[in-house]
Amino acid sequence: MKLAYWMYAGPAHIGTLRVASSFRNVHAIMHAPLGDDHFNVMRSMLERERDFTPVTASVVDRHVLARGSRDKVVNNISRKDEEQRPDSIVLTPTCTSSILQEDLQNFVDRASLYSESDVILADVNHYRVNELQASDKTLDQIVRHFLNKARGEGISNRSLTDMPSANIIGISTLGFHNQHDCRELKRLLGELGISINQIIPEGEFLKNLRDLPRAWFNVVPYREMGLMAATFLEKEYGMPFISQPPIGLLNTANFIARIGKLVNLWASASLEKEVNYDLYIENQTKFVSQAAWFSKSIDCQNLAGKEAAVFGDATHAASITKILVKEMGIRVSCAGTYCKHDVERFNEQVQGLCDEIIITEDHTKIGNMIARIEPSAIFGTQMERHIGKRIDIPCGVISSPVHIQNFPPGYRPFLGYEGTNQISDLIYNSFNLGMEDHLPDVFGGHDTKGVNTKSLSIDRVDIDWSPKAESELRKIPGFVRGKIRRNTEFFAKQNNISEITVDVMYAAKEKPSL
Amino acid sequence: MKTSETLAFECETGNYHTFCPISCVAWLYQKIEDSFFLVVGTKTCGYFLQNALGVTIFAEPRYAMAELEEGDISAKLNDQVELERICLQIKNDRNPSVIFWIGTCTTEIIKMDLEGIAPILEKRLGIPIVVARANGLDYAFTQGEDTVLAAMAHRCPEYKHYTGKDSGEFERVALINNSSNNKYLFQKEESLKSNLVLFGSLPSSVASQLNLELKRQSVPVSGWLPSQRYNELPNLGEGIFVCGVNPFLSRTATTLMRRRKCQLVGAPFPIGPDGTRAWIEKICSVFNKKAEGLEERENQIWNKNKDYIQIIRDKSVFFMGDNLLEISIARFLIRCGMTVYEIGIPYMDRRYQSAELSFLQDTCEKMKKPSPRIVEKPDNYSQVQRMHELKPDLAITGMAHANPLEARNIDTKWSVEFTFAQIHGFSNARDILELVTRPLRRKSGFTPNSRSLSKQTLLN
Repeated sequence: MKLAYWMYAGPAHIGTLRVASSFRNVHAIMHAPLGDDHFNVMRSMLERERDFTPVTASVVDRHVLARGSRDKVVNNISRKDEEQRPDSIVLTPTCTSSILQEDLQNFVDRASLYSESDVILADVNHYRVNELQASDKTLDQIVRHFLNKARGEGISNRSLTDMPSANIIGISTLGFHNQHDCRELKRLLGELGISINQIIPEGEFLKNLRDLPRAWFNVVPYREMGLMAATFLEKEYGMPFISQPPIGLLNTANFIARIGKLVNLWASASLEKEVNYDLYIENQTKFVSQAAWFSKSIDCQNLAGKEAAVFGDATHAASITKILVKEMGIRVSCAGTYCKHDVERFNEQVQGLCDEIIITEDHTKIGNMIARIEPSAIFGTQMERHIGKRIDIPCGVISSPVHIQNFPPGYRPFLGYEGTNQISDLIYNSFNLGMEDHLPDVFGGHDTKGVNTKSLSIDRVDIDWSPKAESELRKIPGFVRGKIRRNTEFFAKQNNISEITVDVMYAAKEKPSL
Repeated sequence: MKTSETLAFECETGNYHTFCPISCVAWLYQKIEDSFFLVVGTKTCGYFLQNALGVTIFAEPRYAMAELEEGDISAKLNDQVELERICLQIKNDRNPSVIFWIGTCTTEIIKMDLEGIAPILEKRLGIPIVVARANGLDYAFTQGEDTVLAAMAHRCPEYKHYTGKDSGEFERVALINNSSNNKYLFQKEESLKSNLVLFGSLPSSVASQLNLELKRQSVPVSGWLPSQRYNELPNLGEGIFVCGVNPFLSRTATTLMRRRKCQLVGAPFPIGPDGTRAWIEKICSVFNKKAEGLEERENQIWNKNKDYIQIIRDKSVFFMGDNLLEISIARFLIRCGMTVYEIGIPYMDRRYQSAELSFLQDTCEKMKKPSPRIVEKPDNYSQVQRMHELKPDLAITGMAHANPLEARNIDTKWSVEFTFAQIHGFSNARDILELVTRPLRRKSGFTPNSRSLSKQTLLN
């Protein structure tokens, strides 16, 4: 048992439902008690979805507990089959069905006999995987299922398209800025002369999946969803894939260079010429994206050496860390992720870019970490935004879990060249920058409330501040005040000083940095 | 029963959307100020709570999950040891006066003996532990509160009444419970004259409004279940009259009657001015008091809200059903002149709600409106089909269906808001109307007849 107030990644069935309900005309039936269909609320509210979420529950109640589901699940499947004629019905286990240990596969087999739709049992274990892993796994399972089926029926199509083409794997409902990213990615590939073969799971029909292997290569924009399916396609169909997310200028350039390589594998045979994207990258970097010029501009000079903390899913946290450090000259004191299953890769990505790496699913650890290092800005999830609010540090939201305001109607991609512009804005706006913030502080300005202690940690220091030192502290600009306070208290403690006077403050300041 | 003859009751498949009953911790932890709610469940429960309760989760709430892991499910770990560790942590961090354990589907299925473990840990930790099984296997949404209050009813101090030699007056004695750690049982010093206890969790301002209404009729309220603090629970026992303020409290009512020997006052619920008046009148009649000035007061409220009532008069409404407030709100809306096509409701206790049901019927006759069909355990899919035929002006529905229905040009109001808004008593009638008219008011300023935006057509 674990005492938990909050979690970063949801339970497994959410991942399965995200994939299933992203495909077109697929219905998911959850084997779950009443009230477990909160996914529908999230989809309807967060995504402001206009259609009914194609998810229903086969309700587990007392009768099911006593006698087993018997025909209930099968009947529910056949009923949905008749009512809405989906191409496929995905039976989704939940934590409840995991422990009931009913033979769901048997229900699926029986239901398939009567149903016109393909019935699949999502193969995820609630107690072993989280939302992200489950989504990856379900997508892989569905792709496998339909490709194998097509192969069995002899209708699979493995001939490459004439012109270079790509599949985008891993765009789904309730994904962080996924819709905008998808549009940006399509544009990017289009400009490179690469057509989109398929985008899965979002909006694709299952019967089209048989054409999946016709693309020249696969693009997996997020490491959290799609890697397994891409790996399967590489192994079975020899399709190479790119899993480096094109977030930030460097990553995007890298991404395009890889595409160039992949296209050129076949280009000489199909196109009779090799592609070269160097000029495109240069043009985009210089003129379409403002990010390069922006970080060079005098405005951005103020950012140099500022400290930030980054936390989020593996894809976004790693990419943002890289942007902050390599593209904007910001110091990342700490980068972290809650994707415990992808730790190695994350470490490899941020190695050398930050002072500290933190891997945890416990938001209080992150809160304490942030309170300890007191960065000038945080880039994290909604939880970090609230942590920042409490201790008065601005936060830019860069990753799920998110609120409704992170599903903006306006165009806000994180990927590609437009993405770099958006990220520049986000980063720049997060640092309360320039004169606007400093002047009031420097002139003692509107801060009459006294000292903000800025701390989440519980360990209070029992050291008195003399009134004079207290007022001296108030003269220090707000954004460093908390840090100076802490350093001084630390210094006082080290030297067994019980009351902090102005002298002690300056003595502490002269001490080499802690 | 009189009502069953004309009101049509139906029961469907139970395939409907509602909140999990553990959501009751959201309002109960705020109501009972010194409590801590521990939900013993899985990631699914936790994820629901954090998403459904939104921002409260960031405000250091006094609730948390005891998240079950694989070791707990397979009984590799000892439940008692695990719970003790967690409760000790809670005690150290928050020092609550009471810890509520909310049992979930998982604890039901693996048959975790929460009721058995609680008394043991209660002794060891010195904090009362109340167990409520608010799970999705048995209950819907607001019924969660019902299970918690029913469990709390057992913890209320004993009320003993005996007739004095000559005065014949009741005297209350707070009997100390049999359990040894009874320090938390707060003994009320001042003895109140009345023996009326109201049950149902309401915001304190609403509770005092209702207290005031009854005081005006010289029927003072001696206590509330739940009280603002755990150690202020009301005395219960023979001679105590209890009355519910919410329609979903049938378990609590049963417990109060059977286990605590209280007498239940069966009244319509104080929702809407008509309901409030009927509620007060019923209570007064039990105490042999003649209710005074109520007709005037009711009319005053109706007059005050003419502007809103005008908007909804002769409009139609469809309740999909998810929080058990449906009957009372429908009755109020019919009185406002609306036509109710269907009242979906998760569970219908015809005995507990009998006064409300006959009041509904009377209201229909009075307003010359057809009796609505009452659909227990509704089927959301069929309901949407029916809605396509009936084309109601307003659907009162859960959040899962609101946006899709709006896109199909059916105005909706989220039913959840009725649970969290202040809707009881005379003065809050306007709040209900505020909620109900909002989608309709919004429309008048908007481009009318912006036809369906949906990309998917529904199979008919």
